[in-house]
Amino acid sequence: MSGQSQRLNVVPTVTVLGVMKARLVGATRGHALLKKKSDALTVQFRQILKKIVSTKESMGEVMKTSSFALTEAKYVAGENIKHIVLENVQNASLKVRSKQENIAGVKLPKFEYFTESETKNDLTGLARGGQQIQQCRAAYVKAIEVLVELASLQTSFLTLDAAIKTTNRRVNALENVVKPRLENTITYIKAELDELEREDFFRLKKIQGFKKREIEKQAAAARKFAEEQFEEKEAPKKGVSINSTHNFLSAGKKDEDIIF
Amino acid sequence: MAGKAQIPTRNSALIAMIADEDTVTGFLLAGVGNVDLRRKTNYLIVDSKTTVKAIEDAFKEFTSKEDIAIVMISQYVANMIRFLVDSYNKPIPAILEIPSKDHPYDPAHDSVLSRVKYLFSAESVASGRR
Repeated sequence: MSGQSQRLNVVPTVTVLGVMKARLVGATRGHALLKKKSDALTVQFRQILKKIVSTKESMGEVMKTSSFALTEAKYVAGENIKHIVLENVQNASLKVRSKQENIAGVKLPKFEYFTESETKNDLTGLARGGQQIQQCRAAYVKAIEVLVELASLQTSFLTLDAAIKTTNRRVNALENVVKPRLENTITYIKAELDELEREDFFRLKKIQGFKKREIEKQAAAARKFAEEQFEEKEAPKKGVSINSTHNFLSAGKKDEDIIF
Repeated sequence: MAGKAQIPTRNSALIAMIADEDTVTGFLLAGVGNVDLRRKTNYLIVDSKTTVKAIEDAFKEFTSKEDIAIVMISQYVANMIRFLVDSYNKPIPAILEIPSKDHPYDPAHDSVLSRVKYLFSAESVASGRR
């Protein structure tokens, strides 16, 4: 693995070890939380996927119905109905309101339509085909309802898709880069601290041995000194000077031979 | 989220349309049409004389306007400017491809639905659906 040899560039001390451990705990918790978030988003995502497919299918139905209603209206009210409608456009009476929904920290847009004022086309088809035109309008309002729902689903789909991607990227980054790096740093610091401890122990041993030898040497010196003192004290008692004792045998005049 | 577009919350937004005359007429009857002070409409009627350039311009204008929440575009019109529709990736306004009367709806061409289908086949969530 590429992240195996990676570690942070830190000074191996106990303090830094504590900091690293705290960071590892934080990273683990963050990883768990992000994982949960990703799961929650995925559940939502699946639901939206299913809804989108079914709504797209129903959209086809609704559009077909509304087109048919328009054809009926045209047949009854005459072909020039569309010119009247196109001319009468002023202000939108059917508008869209957008609000936010919060799912695991991701803001999803939600559209809903509402009619603001009365439609201006009230007099359209007064001459003939008024009922058909009202039906046609109702059909298209229904189509708008489905389409607006589909639009909010679709927007949620795109937003969730992006959010899931970023969340997964973060989860993977924490799992595969940040956590191994912190773990490597911690093992490095621990190894380094152990090494220091062993060095320290060895040094203490060494010093202890040195001191022991020194004490022994001093003791030996002291003993020797004491012996010398003792000898010096004893010699006068025996009546022989300490200097004469050295050449006690050789220094004197030559003795006469003794014949037994 | 870094790099994510903000979703504005507003109380009233418009629905824009790029479609053939019949579809536009129907939706105008329902009351989505709007003409602003400069006599600009929030819809574009596409007929045989409309150029691709005009459709492109309308699409760009509708997607950059702030008071538009949804852009409905007929699928055969979307196919003419497919590159623009596919490269569009903002959440708002939402692009909706709708079927038109003269052209049968083909789910394979829909930019969002193709992604949905791709995810479906990848995850096999609804293997029995289609």
